[in-house]
Amino acid sequence: MRSSFVSFTLNGEEKELLIAPGQRLVDVLREQCGAMGTRNGCGQGGCGACTVHVDAVPMLSCLVLAELAEGCDILTIEGAARDRTLHALQEAFVAEAATQCGFCTAGMIMAAKALLDRDPAPQREAVVEALSGNVCRCTGYEPIIAAVLAAAAMLARLPAAAA
Amino acid sequence: MSADITARIREDIFAAERAGVFRAVGRALPRIDARAHVSGSTRYYADRSFPGLLHVVMARSERHHALIGGIDLSAAEAVKGVVRILTHKDVPNNWYTILKLIGMGPDEEPVLAEDRVLYRGEPVAAVLAETADAAREAAGKVRIAYEDLPAVLDIEAAMLTDASAIKPHGSNLFIYDGRDHFHVHCGDTEAAFCEVEHILEHSYQSSPIEHAPVETTGAIAVPEPNGRYSIHSNTQAAFFTLDNAALILGVPFRHLRVIGGTVGGGFGGKVDVIVEPIAVLGAMRTGRPVKYAFSREEEMQVSSPRAAERIRIKDGVMADGRIIARDVRILVDAGAYSRHSPYGTIKAAAHMPGPYTVPNVTINAWCVYTNRTPSSAMRGFGVTIGDFAVEVQMDRIARLLGRDPFELRLQNAYRDGEMKPHRKKVEGAALVEVVQAAAERIGHSLPPEYRAMSSSRKG
Ligand code: FES
Ligand code: FES
Repeated sequence: MRSSFVSFTLNGEEKELLIAPGQRLVDVLREQCGAMGTRNGCGQGGCGACTVHVDAVPMLSCLVLAELAEGCDILTIEGAARDRTLHALQEAFVAEAATQCGFCTAGMIMAAKALLDRDPAPQREAVVEALSGNVCRCTGYEPIIAAVLAAAAMLARLPAAAA
Repeated sequence: MSADITARIREDIFAAERAGVFRAVGRALPRIDARAHVSGSTRYYADRSFPGLLHVVMARSERHHALIGGIDLSAAEAVKGVVRILTHKDVPNNWYTILKLIGMGPDEEPVLAEDRVLYRGEPVAAVLAETADAAREAAGKVRIAYEDLPAVLDIEAAMLTDASAIKPHGSNLFIYDGRDHFHVHCGDTEAAFCEVEHILEHSYQSSPIEHAPVETTGAIAVPEPNGRYSIHSNTQAAFFTLDNAALILGVPFRHLRVIGGTVGGGFGGKVDVIVEPIAVLGAMRTGRPVKYAFSREEEMQVSSPRAAERIRIKDGVMADGRIIARDVRILVDAGAYSRHSPYGTIKAAAHMPGPYTVPNVTINAWCVYTNRTPSSAMRGFGVTIGDFAVEVQMDRIARLLGRDPFELRLQNAYRDGEMKPHRKKVEGAALVEVVQAAAERIGHSLPPEYRAMSSSRKG
């Protein structure tokens, strides 16, 4: 099997990369694209630290073959802020002390963002469900859930265009 | 949020110990690194790229206890991309013990196994390859010939006189200044037991606990043009790592530089010195940057957990609730090697009898070797399990006497100025105030004399 060219958009930027067969999306994002904010916590789908959006769907990038990203629109934590302004989720994680070591944080925020993108006013249960694949060993889940709910409230107060 | 926490700080307590007002205590200040965490820009050790980086995967013991008949590297060396395979012969000073730096010996752990393995997962041969995949494949092809020995997997079994000794000093116990256990006592426990109304004896047991940080243990060693080595690491103990690595590698301390401080979860699991010496050795032997990171499986299987403990507490209690004698036996499962367990065992002994003043106390604590994964530091190691045992014991005493468990604790709580069994004076005691505040918060009313108690005076 030979390497092949794969193109996708990463945080709005066109990419065309030579990908070896079997290469995982998490490694390509980190090593070839320099998007180090996506973390590799287990490499086996167990922790959620590597969560990114592939065509607006949250996915574990350690379980996605990079060659399958052909033509996809990929969003990572580096693309969550706009024009250097943090997303409401990012602000809320700071304000609610929802991050300690930070290793789970990018994955948490990407999983939560996928939820708020499709359900801007989620119930607590929906937040718990959306984060159920993401492990945090430091902070405890309560501040994280509180941060997601606070971000939803913040977004509700913003004019639609800014959200 | 900050207002809520401030409201909980009772400024009337310990007023004398405070100069002025609290500026940070009682307030929720944002972490200094929080914005970098949420934007993904925090750089952990693995977030740096080095051209020519080699990857280490360790070939490990598949046995709990065995002699090694031979190590065949030929199939592993034939894997495409393999650059070098390190065995114990490559390690300048293969025998070490991490607490040597605070004077607790002897050297008793090999960096890489020599003629025997003492636990399943013990490192035997380090494969360096161009890619992690090649290193993993080759590590799976290292052939180790074993001759099985009986495995000792239980702490009490390890202490039996006919147990097979797994350590070279001929015993399964760490030796403290010529004694096979650590001992603390005060008063005359035996005599006191003859005078008490009740004797209560219970045993408590815990399992090993894995820290499971979301970022696994790892380091990258980089040869520098000046002949020195930089170590990018997620260690929680930069100087322990630097000094132990230098001793193992036989280089002056100044030849190593540890760059760290950003840790993706540690909880004590990243204070042993495991990956750095191998990464630097690889960099020395190949002249290239070398990364050695645990897989998730290794993090679970071989990173050192909190020690399993077995604790027996025997209390002598008077009818009025005073505990006047406490005899404690503590067994700490060090696993196959010392790591931080001899120290954790001392902590466990010194911590007894908990935050209570008991005039007659005997404590015997054994640091026991077994063929299990070496245990080490984890959040309050040595005292956490002991606290569990002591507090369950306090509840049992309260139940036996028909006493309120809050009042029993307040009655026996140590006060400033009292002497602990290991001859340390109590300072900054706060148990009385904590119990009072806990009672208040759950709406449990205490009689006035208990509400008036204070840590700073007896009564
Ligand atoms: S790294 Fe992908 S789920 Fe843990
Ligand atoms: S903040 Fe450390 S794992 Fe979540």
